Amino acid sequence: MPKLTVDGIEVEVAPGSTVLQAIEAAGKEVPRFCYHERLSIAGNCRMCLVEIRPGPPKPAASCAMPAGDNMEVLTASPMTQKARKGVMEFLLINHPLDCPICDQGGECDLQDQALFYGADTSRFEENKRAVPDKDMGPLIKTTMTRCIHCTRCIRFAEEVAGVPTIGAIGRSEHLEITTLEHAVASELSGNVIDLCPVGALTSKPYAFNARPWELRKTEGIDVFDALGANIRIDSRGPEVLRILPRLNEEVNEEWLGDKSRFAHDGLRRQRLDRPYVRRKGRLHSASWGEAFAAIRSRLEGRSGLDIGAIVGDQADAEAMMALKDLMKALGAPNLDCRQDGTAAIPSQRASYLFNSTVQGIEEADVLLLIGSNPRWESPVLNARIRKRWLAGGMQIGMIGERHDLGYRYDHLGEGGQTLRGVAAGRNRFCAALKSASRPMLILGTGPLSRPDGAAVLAATQRIAELNGLIREDWNGFNVLNRAASRVGGLDLGFVPGEGGTDTAGMLSGAVDTLFLLGADEMDLSGLGDAFVIYQGHHGDAGAARADVILPGAAYTEKSGTWVNLEGRVQRSERATFPPGEAREDWAILRALSDVLEKPLAYDSLSALRARLGRTNPVFDTRDDVAPAQWHRTAPTGRIDDTPFASPISNYYMTDPISRASETMAVCTETFLAAEARNG
Amino acid sequence: MSGGAETAESFAFTADHLKTAKAVVARYPEGRQQSAVMPLLDLAQRQLGWTSPAVIEYVADFLGLPAIRVWEVASFYTMYYRERVGQYRLHVCTTTPCWLRGSDEVVRVCKEKTGLEFGETDEKGLFTLLEVECLGACVNAPILQVNDDYYEDLDAARTASLLDALAEGRPPAAGTLRERLNSAPEGGKTTLLEADARC
Amino acid sequence: MLSDRDRIFTNLYGEHDWTLKGARARGDWDGTADLIAKGREWLVEEVKASGLRGRGGAGFPTGLKWSFMPKQSDGRPAYLVVNADEGEPGTCKDRDMMRWDPHKLVEGCLVACAAMGAGAAYIYVRGEFYNEARHLQHAIDEAYEAGLIGRNACGSGIDCDIFVHRGAGAYICGEETALIESLEGKKGQPRLKPPFPAMAGLYGCPTTVNNVETIAVVPTILRRGASWFSGFGRSNNTGTKVFCISGHVDRPCNVEEAMSIPMRELIEKHAGGVRGGWDNLKAVIPGGSSTPILPKSICDEVLMDFDALRDVQSGLGTAAVIVMDRSTDVVRAIARLARFYAHESCGQCTPCREGTGWMMRVMERMASGRARVEEIDMLLDVSKEIEGHTICAHGDGSAWPIQGLIRHFRHEMEDRILTHRTRAAAA
Repeated sequence: MPKLTVDGIEVEVAPGSTVLQAIEAAGKEVPRFCYHERLSIAGNCRMCLVEIRPGPPKPAASCAMPAGDNMEVLTASPMTQKARKGVMEFLLINHPLDCPICDQGGECDLQDQALFYGADTSRFEENKRAVPDKDMGPLIKTTMTRCIHCTRCIRFAEEVAGVPTIGAIGRSEHLEITTLEHAVASELSGNVIDLCPVGALTSKPYAFNARPWELRKTEGIDVFDALGANIRIDSRGPEVLRILPRLNEEVNEEWLGDKSRFAHDGLRRQRLDRPYVRRKGRLHSASWGEAFAAIRSRLEGRSGLDIGAIVGDQADAEAMMALKDLMKALGAPNLDCRQDGTAAIPSQRASYLFNSTVQGIEEADVLLLIGSNPRWESPVLNARIRKRWLAGGMQIGMIGERHDLGYRYDHLGEGGQTLRGVAAGRNRFCAALKSASRPMLILGTGPLSRPDGAAVLAATQRIAELNGLIREDWNGFNVLNRAASRVGGLDLGFVPGEGGTDTAGMLSGAVDTLFLLGADEMDLSGLGDAFVIYQGHHGDAGAARADVILPGAAYTEKSGTWVNLEGRVQRSERATFPPGEAREDWAILRALSDVLEKPLAYDSLSALRARLGRTNPVFDTRDDVAPAQWHRTAPTGRIDDTPFASPISNYYMTDPISRASETMAVCTETFLAAEARNG
Repeated sequence: MSGGAETAESFAFTADHLKTAKAVVARYPEGRQQSAVMPLLDLAQRQLGWTSPAVIEYVADFLGLPAIRVWEVASFYTMYYRERVGQYRLHVCTTTPCWLRGSDEVVRVCKEKTGLEFGETDEKGLFTLLEVECLGACVNAPILQVNDDYYEDLDAARTASLLDALAEGRPPAAGTLRERLNSAPEGGKTTLLEADARC
Repeated sequence: MLSDRDRIFTNLYGEHDWTLKGARARGDWDGTADLIAKGREWLVEEVKASGLRGRGGAGFPTGLKWSFMPKQSDGRPAYLVVNADEGEPGTCKDRDMMRWDPHKLVEGCLVACAAMGAGAAYIYVRGEFYNEARHLQHAIDEAYEAGLIGRNACGSGIDCDIFVHRGAGAYICGEETALIESLEGKKGQPRLKPPFPAMAGLYGCPTTVNNVETIAVVPTILRRGASWFSGFGRSNNTGTKVFCISGHVDRPCNVEEAMSIPMRELIEKHAGGVRGGWDNLKAVIPGGSSTPILPKSICDEVLMDFDALRDVQSGLGTAAVIVMDRSTDVVRAIARLARFYAHESCGQCTPCREGTGWMMRVMERMASGRARVEEIDMLLDVSKEIEGHTICAHGDGSAWPIQGLIRHFRHEMEDRILTHRTRAAAA
């Protein structure tokens, strides 16, 4: 543990720490542009220079200098100050004076640090350099004259995203960052906007929309996959203007997928902003009273056995709880929170969780991927796998469709046959799993949603048991759920009750009255003349088939609870109000219960949340993960030989919001359609 | 240039160059084939005449590197011609040691006789005129490098006759154009005079 | 004056056969196996004792540098990398060694590899030296053929492969870590240090980078003895050295001389003296373009060695003496160097990328007089904001020539500005 002083303050830092980290440990600030905790050290901006004694009579880059015993670091000495002033002057001489028209204004590192280290006037009398802008695709807007060549974007693309497509060509003052006019083909590309310390790379969809100080910042949880990335929702008035990642080391670090970041323009389109009732085959706008009355008349005298409910992928736990209670009151046992029909054992939490935890990936040394394309099913989680792989010593095997995941893997086979081989201990990869100190597997929802899903689940659990993945202090069995609502739904028991039927049953005529809570990713053609009540926020597949539409709130428009794939209970706050007459979902259900004369036993969100906690104590926790108990399983059924297929055909459009997003439509065209056309 | 399948849009090594390229890669340890990127760009440029985008993409593919990494290299070093060039590339050194010995005159004569400015190639594709930094032959300044060869100890007249000879397709022997023994002082050595020191 | 018998580079001017036969006749490859047989420690100690300091510009003691290499391998191979990226304006000595005495370098590589436990040497030759690289490759091929290198080199029991790697036009690759990056197939951008190459250099393995001349003199030093070599020059500045004398002299040349020879003697004995006589001298850049310019008054007496030139705020550098007579526009001469440094900046560090371009433009104005007198101090200040603030020494190298100019020729810069102003006013 090196002990050193920073401006006279004694600090002790972990071996391998840098001087910059020591300075921060001493509570001092170090200006920097190129340095970033999550990227390799470039040491090129020179802003973090500090005087170190003993040493040569010149300052050292604190970001790159190992902290040593007995070092004396001076962050305010004349040498340090001259160095900082000098570097700042050089950064500014060719930087345009266009802050008033720059989208980075107000949250620009260069602007902020110039305030502290910049001179009041410029000594530079030559012409400033102009650099041609580059085309980096539909998400990243470039103004390359502002670039200060910190190379964060290059390092992010190469190291974190695993798509080495950004580079710096030329040299000297003519060095230019470029993608050679290619869009940055990564689902994580938007993160370079956050990383760029100046206004060289800004958000194209957000261009000239707002200044940061005009925005209301709300802490939220992302719902476009099951990771539960922590986000900040920036809104002005009724509109969400942008979404940024919030730091959470255990979940998303500080990254966010492009869909989660950019699909929010879909919140403004195709919205259900008033109730509708179908009369003579056509949907007519209606009042809440008329809509509720239509439901009441449909349900009057109807047996609960004929009524069903399915919730979609983005539903919050509160709405699901309220719907479950209402269905119970109606005597309806037909519930399911799995539109895709994935197999799960609701009573065994460990059978549907990502038990190793996301951060646990960094401890694993062998990984078996089964029927999953994590790059699309959760790009930020995939970045964590890549991070672990880059650190070295991780062996990865894969069963299923091949994809470019950003790390090398051993492709073991296409599907069921290979999985059976592994389960029987007949695959070469079993030895790797057995000899690993922290083996893990990741099972995608693609194989689980097949008719043989239960058998796949059982076989995979068996693989975990037989190969040492389940230990006292480690659970290497992981389901990579895709739906943000899924784990919460299973936790609160939104599954078929006694005598009830599941999604597949309900969709093939087992019920004649079906309640859909934001469920749009199903084939509804088998419903016949069933009466469909759709509660949700977008005019998508479910609403098109509905007989009554109840306009609900999207994820940014309500205070809600989501349980992520690890089983982590997280709370999102309301950033804006739902449009028009739309209301928060639990409140709609509460009101409906009155009309149906089956009043729910709670009048407030806090009472509803207490009810959640009584249903499953996990809901009384927040932001934490507790290990789930493992249950031994017996193999059931036969696994089909058909190859495992990815459940997603287009990362950019997976739900009502992203399907309504123009930005996502452009991304689809840029990254998928064009590629498909060109073969 | 036969044998190689090259157009503006595509490039591939000739069979001979392919062999050479594999030998080049073998100079570096297993897994370090990226080291071969510069020699291979050079080899490709010698085949095609310049380092076209197709050359860059081909070399990237050949070595299994991301294309952007090869673009970076091709644009960092000055010896990769990023545009088509003429039969004779005239690289005039104008850095201080050459300048002190009259490189301005060499530049003047080159510009006058070829009608080119720096960076230009004539219509016939005979000459490309390029300004370069120190060529590392300063005691024989000023220097004009033509393709791979250095012509040394130039002045206006010698430059003019050199260019004439090139235009006539009979390049003189490379080296100094004065009565001089390489880098020894003109008019006679001051050292290495003893017989036993010479061998 | 150094006697011919004590000159190492006896074919400096290429009068004789440069191939293996000629090299052997000049004494190369004589008893190489016996030298190697004396062991790593002896080799390093002998080089230390000779006082040999790096000939590439920085003058770091060679034996000491070699001693930084791990004594025991941890499994990683070790490398010798020879810096033949000669490009410091004024310098052209390595070129002669490679084209006329390549076997001295090849033999030196073998001995140095033996001294450092390296199994391979890469010689990084600047791309423009196409013909020089061919000679060197020919010599390497001959040496392989004769069993002098490769497996069981010279019958010494050690294996040593030697490869030539050509650059492609980038002065910065003369910086040792930029050279390593370039050798790895990347842009020549210098690396952060630590780690130093001896710990993690080429391919992350222990590596020593030495200049051509440094390596080429080693076999002769070992054969003739450390004390023979250290008998030339002043203490701490020992040995013989190839000087390059360019610019305004009657007969520019390369010449091997003893270290610490007076500058005036060097110029007058070997280069025919300053054009128009010593009194026509205005200034000398004593050690290649990055070393600060010296006015005649200092040149009158100064010795050509590391310490003497450091004491007059300049340096021996590569021992490339650039002479300027009284007709010289020194402001323009340095302005041209400013352009050189701006052109050759790799572009990664802010002060160098931005500062060299700024200085180049101000110097261009200074040379034509389109500047203000106060800007001279500003220029000096800018040069100091670059110096010592970058990853490598390119920033320093760009600053020093300008600092030297202002130190000794400020009056000339001021006159230029005032003359220009007067002319402009008259017009």
